[in-house]
Amino acid sequence: MLVTGNEAVAEGAFAAGCNFYVGYPITPSTEIMHYMAEKLPRVGGVFFQAEDELAAINVAIGASWGGARVMTATSGPGFSLMQEGIGYAVMTETPLVIVNVMRVGPATGQATKPAQGDIMQARWGRHGDQVVPILAPESPQEAFELTVKAFAIAEELRVPVIVLSDEFIAHMREVIEIPDYRTIKIPGRRRPKSLSEPPFGSKDPRIAPPMPPLGEGYYVLVTGSTHNEWGYRDTRSFETHYKLSKRLWDKVWLNTDKIFEYEARHVDDAEVGFVAFGSIARSVKMAVKILREKGIKAGFVRLKTLWPLDLKPIRNLCSVCKAVIVPELSLGQLVLDVERANEGNAKVISYGKVGGGEPIYPKELVEIALEALKS
Amino acid sequence: MKIAKHFSRKYLREEVLPTNFCPGCFNGILINALSKAFIELGIDDLRNYVFVSGIGCSSWIPSPYIKADSLHTLHGRAIPVAIGVKLARPDLEVIVIGGDGDLASIGLGHLIHAARRNIDLLVILVNNYVYGMTRGQMSPTTPMGLVTATTPYGSFEYPIDTCKVIASTNANYVARWTIAHFIDLKNSIKDALSRYGRGFRFIEVVAPCITYVARRLGKRAGEVIKELLKLGMRVKDPNDLDKYSREGRIGIGILKAEDKPGYVELYREYVKRAVSHERT
Repeated sequence: MLVTGNEAVAEGAFAAGCNFYVGYPITPSTEIMHYMAEKLPRVGGVFFQAEDELAAINVAIGASWGGARVMTATSGPGFSLMQEGIGYAVMTETPLVIVNVMRVGPATGQATKPAQGDIMQARWGRHGDQVVPILAPESPQEAFELTVKAFAIAEELRVPVIVLSDEFIAHMREVIEIPDYRTIKIPGRRRPKSLSEPPFGSKDPRIAPPMPPLGEGYYVLVTGSTHNEWGYRDTRSFETHYKLSKRLWDKVWLNTDKIFEYEARHVDDAEVGFVAFGSIARSVKMAVKILREKGIKAGFVRLKTLWPLDLKPIRNLCSVCKAVIVPELSLGQLVLDVERANEGNAKVISYGKVGGGEPIYPKELVEIALEALKS
Repeated sequence: MKIAKHFSRKYLREEVLPTNFCPGCFNGILINALSKAFIELGIDDLRNYVFVSGIGCSSWIPSPYIKADSLHTLHGRAIPVAIGVKLARPDLEVIVIGGDGDLASIGLGHLIHAARRNIDLLVILVNNYVYGMTRGQMSPTTPMGLVTATTPYGSFEYPIDTCKVIASTNANYVARWTIAHFIDLKNSIKDALSRYGRGFRFIEVVAPCITYVARRLGKRAGEVIKELLKLGMRVKDPNDLDKYSREGRIGIGILKAEDKPGYVELYREYVKRAVSHERT
């Protein structure tokens, strides 16, 4: 199937059993919406065009509590507007998938041009302590796969999951392979076994509490305020808040091994390394190939998961390399993680470039690598 | 001696009573009107009802007091969440309760668009004229001249008439009552859940904040009720609302009562069209 990255996201959503899409038009995520608008009603699913992104994210939350498997997609400015709602989804443990097709910002920026500057917003855009899984595809194939995975994590851990794509991937057309839907396993919602199983409490922080369906006499209380395991507001006590926020935090962090994925090549003997994600990782792979052909020991780590982050692969790369280059379509966000992982052995070089749809070319990276090895 | 249980209590969560509302707060009257409506409709328990509210004093009516599934959402976003619930579970009756700050200020866009779509929700706007929970600031429904925390010299902003706005859309049902018009209010809630049980139904309940409106004016709850009875002028045409508001009166009544198909039915038709489109 020859599709764009945006269409691959939509295909991934279908494969994962998504039956509810809500969104607001915005470039460059629009094709996801178009695709869902065409296909969802035909299979009896719900497609809803919201009046703005504030509505979109909140309709998604309501639909998820209504039992639907929900996705919304947006870009920069819309993603900013959704932040409060994402925080609410974290607090209420609402499964949903949010796709952010990154474009140049801040503000309206360059709507049609790619960027990778939303890492920090995706991680920390909400007020308060919270953690949401962030998956970053490098191709339409991976856009499909990671969208499926996003649904699986969302349903299993009762969290909002962010798929962080960018305009390059969104509009790049490649052949993707779609597996037999029967082989795709998305965990179903776990209902409380009885009325005595709390919907917002879990003894094992790695396991999400069961999610009661509406309309069946559970009389569930959902609130974005601090609540106890039964959903009753407690906006005063330290214990209730600490217990809740720590559990929500641990629920994702203690499952890092399930969520975190990366790709690494030629790391063991590398003298110069690269750390990248998304579309720019494609240039990195080519640059490493060129450098290896020149006899230069280059390697790379590509992050498929941006949050929660396991620093080990980056730390390994830094421990063997003289220099580690971090190319990204921003003025430097991923580089902060590399600096954090580096234990002093490698020189960390940030290579940020953003605007006008300019990619980072492999030859630029080759030059930087050669320069770094000279000094 | 056995003391009869109050009629509302079967719909409330006993463990959270008494409520946190200020002494004299009119929210309790709305709870009673809702309960009476449920009783008269023969509704035993509220398992088929989902309440959605935002942030504000009236948003606490369903969360946690009413014994039903309830979502207490972000400030202003009750209606979008309610839409999500309704579209995912059209079999459930979804009721939004919110204040003038929640539904007519930060959430006004959602209110108008939900009304425009005639989406199948009952929205009850409790108009207390101020932001009560944050200690009495001016709201979009604050009458001209009223002293509030943010208009210490008297409000000079024109207020919004939500009923007039909603009546101008495709919403099926629009009514306004004050908290003093208990039977009318109860009957409206009943109608909105039975006779006019589809599409967008909007009931504004005028219930001045006891703490930050009435007390500032030196009035007790009983006096406010008497005054509301006098101020309420029965209106049938939404166009007559302005006349009374200019006189400092409150136009009340059923301003619109239609039974057009709501969004849920329209979407079902749309799905049929989409499915047959694939075959051709």
